[in-house]
Amino acid sequence: MKLEIRNVGKTFQSKSGAITAIDTATLNVRAGEFVCLLGPSGCGKSTLLNLIAGLDKPTRGEILMDGKPIGNTGTDRVMIFQSAALFPWLSVFDNVKFGLNMIGVPKPERQVIARRYLAMVHLAEFENAFVHELSGGMRQRVAIARALALDPAVLLMDEPFGALDAQTRDLLHGELQTIWQATCKTILFVTHNVREAVVLGDRVVVFSARPARIKREWTVDLPRPRQIESYAVVDLARDIMQTLKDDVLVSQRDNDAQRLSELEMQMIGDDVL
Amino acid sequence: MEIRKVIRTLGFLIALLAVWQSLAILEVYPEYIFPSPLGVLQTLARGFQNGRFVIGIASSMQRILIGFGISAILGVAFGLALGRQRWLNDTLGALVLGLQTLPSICWLPIALLWFGLSETAILFVVVMGALLAITTATEAGVKNTPPLYLRAARNLGARGWKLYALVILPAALPSILTGMKLGWSFAWRSLMAAELLYVSLGLGQLLTMGRELNDMSQVIAVMIVIIAIGLLVDRAVFAPLESRVRERWGLNS
Repeated sequence: MKLEIRNVGKTFQSKSGAITAIDTATLNVRAGEFVCLLGPSGCGKSTLLNLIAGLDKPTRGEILMDGKPIGNTGTDRVMIFQSAALFPWLSVFDNVKFGLNMIGVPKPERQVIARRYLAMVHLAEFENAFVHELSGGMRQRVAIARALALDPAVLLMDEPFGALDAQTRDLLHGELQTIWQATCKTILFVTHNVREAVVLGDRVVVFSARPARIKREWTVDLPRPRQIESYAVVDLARDIMQTLKDDVLVSQRDNDAQRLSELEMQMIGDDVL
Repeated sequence: MEIRKVIRTLGFLIALLAVWQSLAILEVYPEYIFPSPLGVLQTLARGFQNGRFVIGIASSMQRILIGFGISAILGVAFGLALGRQRWLNDTLGALVLGLQTLPSICWLPIALLWFGLSETAILFVVVMGALLAITTATEAGVKNTPPLYLRAARNLGARGWKLYALVILPAALPSILTGMKLGWSFAWRSLMAAELLYVSLGLGQLLTMGRELNDMSQVIAVMIVIIAIGLLVDRAVFAPLESRVRERWGLNS
């Protein structure tokens, strides 16, 4: 499924005035493409992901899927959050089945689908475990299985490996590439880690500091599976890093970055119903 | 460390009993004002043997179970509604907050006028004792549902009542349990007060009877039973439930 983001902008209204998270963004994503959105922390790239997910509405512009405007949240676009966001009151198995239950898939079918994706993320033997018994990496795997179970056309990943240790992250980079090749999903992957973007993406789209604009993009045509320490990855990453550097400095001076991300959470929490 | 704590607590209790027993042996005060611990123990044993305490406990427990059950169901329902609907919160929410400051035994006169001297009147007081605590705690739990759970749920297709029943309610469970624990202890107090004022079978009635017969050892024996039941429910029912939920919900770290 083709995803078109046309002149999209987002401005949050708060008591202390308006904060523009996204100035304007235009981006076309091919079906089955793996696009990494790269930019300094708090630059508004997560906001863009929220807009695509339908968790929030753009102030300007439109987002189309196969030519049709996206409405509210839909299970054709599923988000994976930095902190897995699994439901602690459910077992691993029930977490993976959750979305299927919501969209009314019959029970026997739910079990088959959930088992298939748990096996895909190598957690088949943990189906009866509870969230507090899992490591951070395992939680993200469950979150990936939970999203894949709904068979979405687009997978939106918001710094999903940002809180993991380096070894676990490398492992999951490998697994994500395998899963992507096996399932042919369109993936939008937000990160502020340049090498991660190069390892995973077909294309790396670099955002400026807030308010976000798309600054440049790189096509990554290195053979897969890619390793984070390979020379080709490191070289390209260094290239991109140079471009990003100035912006990171700008962003670090910007006290509003933290406030923006808090604001995003608040607003989405407020009008969720 | 743990053992030292246990020894210290036990030692204190034993010492207290020893002082109490020696004061009784020395007959500093007359028996009907100051019974010995052994006398109280005998009364306790007799009460259980002839069944009077058993019947008293059973009828009090029946009242609290029914009353608390009603408050738990209503309280969770009210709390859910108040937590999600702003207009309800601004109207009924303010009322609940006001009524909560009223000690629940103050509902007894109304209850007596409405329902007469009856079981229903006592039940009403018990329900009012726990209802508001459970409502407020549920409301707080619902309001503090982590936004991340809501976003994730909505993203996975959760809508309407399924969002309430399968996400908001379980997310609020730790808070609801805290409210229930508090509500139970309020209900237990209200019940005892109501039973003291309105005499029918129950632990409160046994207390009143002890007073009327000038039988201090019965009064103390019944007090011990009331404390024991209160402690038992708190430690054997609510504490393990609460710690299990807190662990699973990842709130212990």
